[in-house]
Amino acid sequence: MCGICGCSQTGHSGKLTPLQGKLQPVLTIGHAPDNARLVQVEQDLLSKNNAYAAQNRHFFQAEGIFAINLVSSPGAGKTTLLVETIKRLQGRFPMAVIEGDQQTQHDADRIRATGTPALQINTGRTCHLDAQGIGLAVMQLAVQPDSLLVIENVGNLVCPASFDLGEAHKVVVLSVTEGDDKPLKYPDMFHAADVMVLNKTDLLPYVDFDVAQCLAYARQVNPNLQVIQLSATTGENVTQWLDWLVGQVAQASQVTPTRGIASL
Amino acid sequence: MHELSLLENVREILEQHAVSQQFSNVCQVTLAVGQLSCVEPDALRFGFDVVMQGSLAEGAELIITELPGVGHCNQCQQQTDLPTLYAPCQHCASPLVTVLSGTEMKIKDLIVN
Ligand SMILES: Nc1nc2c(ncn2[C@@H]2O[C@H](COP(=O)(O)OP(=O)(O)OP(=O)(O)O)[C@@H](O)[C@H]2O)c(=O)[nH]1
Ligand SMILES: [Mg+2]
Ligand SMILES: [Zn+2]
Ligand SMILES: [Zn+2]
Ligand SMILES: [Zn+2]
Ligand SMILES: [Zn+2]
Repeated sequence: MCGICGCSQTGHSGKLTPLQGKLQPVLTIGHAPDNARLVQVEQDLLSKNNAYAAQNRHFFQAEGIFAINLVSSPGAGKTTLLVETIKRLQGRFPMAVIEGDQQTQHDADRIRATGTPALQINTGRTCHLDAQGIGLAVMQLAVQPDSLLVIENVGNLVCPASFDLGEAHKVVVLSVTEGDDKPLKYPDMFHAADVMVLNKTDLLPYVDFDVAQCLAYARQVNPNLQVIQLSATTGENVTQWLDWLVGQVAQASQVTPTRGIASL
Repeated sequence: MHELSLLENVREILEQHAVSQQFSNVCQVTLAVGQLSCVEPDALRFGFDVVMQGSLAEGAELIITELPGVGHCNQCQQQTDLPTLYAPCQHCASPLVTVLSGTEMKIKDLIVN
């Protein structure tokens, strides 16, 4: 007897099978073997990643660590902005960087050249960082309390949007050479981010990029998105970015009621 | 790549439930995938058989239920259909719409024995 509906057939199938002699498919109602039963699962596909992310977030909050997840398409200027940021903020509070790239140590080397500890994660064929890897990296780096932790994700505007790493904010970097319609073409990322850095503003005179249109698109996807326009190479308006970071780091280090209790 | 790692998560979740709910074979997996989630149902279907090979769900049937995107309009305060993350409000055309649901991707249920 079928374990699902109690009919006399066995052998479960829900396949589309072609109707005899005709081309259109019909759905054959599936029947399950005797002992079959329904198991309710209701579990998110990312539940494992989300559990690790929650653990990371708890650790960051307990230690007063302000963590951001820096995302963009390849080459938008994440590492350049990060190096400039570190140079300007060095000595104010401890900093640490986790670099995600499919291959090479290049970006971690660029960070280490500033004297700031950095750990490179090579994701190989995978196109994003996950929360479990971040937890391990945080332990290896021995990230200090009341510090700024920047996680530079793999250059990819698509799937890092779905993977929570435990960060306080996702910050999406978009450069003006990429086209002003990127927020509509890759809405998931602009929806997941809280802050957008519009980088390479020094190149605006040379490219056809409508800033107002870009910001309108971005807010259409995410009405609450905060935007900072700057040039990482000329330093134009970088202070607005630094002020935001300094304020967030100060706030994170104040809210540490459970310091010492949490551990990874 | 993305869909493959999600399917690997599906397999892991099945293996965990096999222990806790005591089953050894899965013959049907039902996923619920929101219209606004980052996964493409066709890509999931494409990878499912391959990822389940050699697992307790080898040869299992995959059913995907698609859930609609729903938003709340910040302008007129009404609920609106949201086919994309940037769709305007269906009532007042305001672009300022907050997502209420449709981003989920989960395993709903299984048929096991
Ligand atoms: N003109 C100009 N060039 C910039 C700016 N910021 C970065 N660049 C250049 O853009 C290129 C890529 O910069 P990176 O900082 O390596 O970009 P990234 O986002 O870290 O790249 P991946 O890690 O490979 O994804 C380099 O040649 C930088 O010099 C800017 O503000 N203006
Ligand atoms: Mg980089
Ligand atoms: Zn039946
Ligand atoms: Zn990925
Ligand atoms: Zn992907
Ligand atoms: Zn409205």
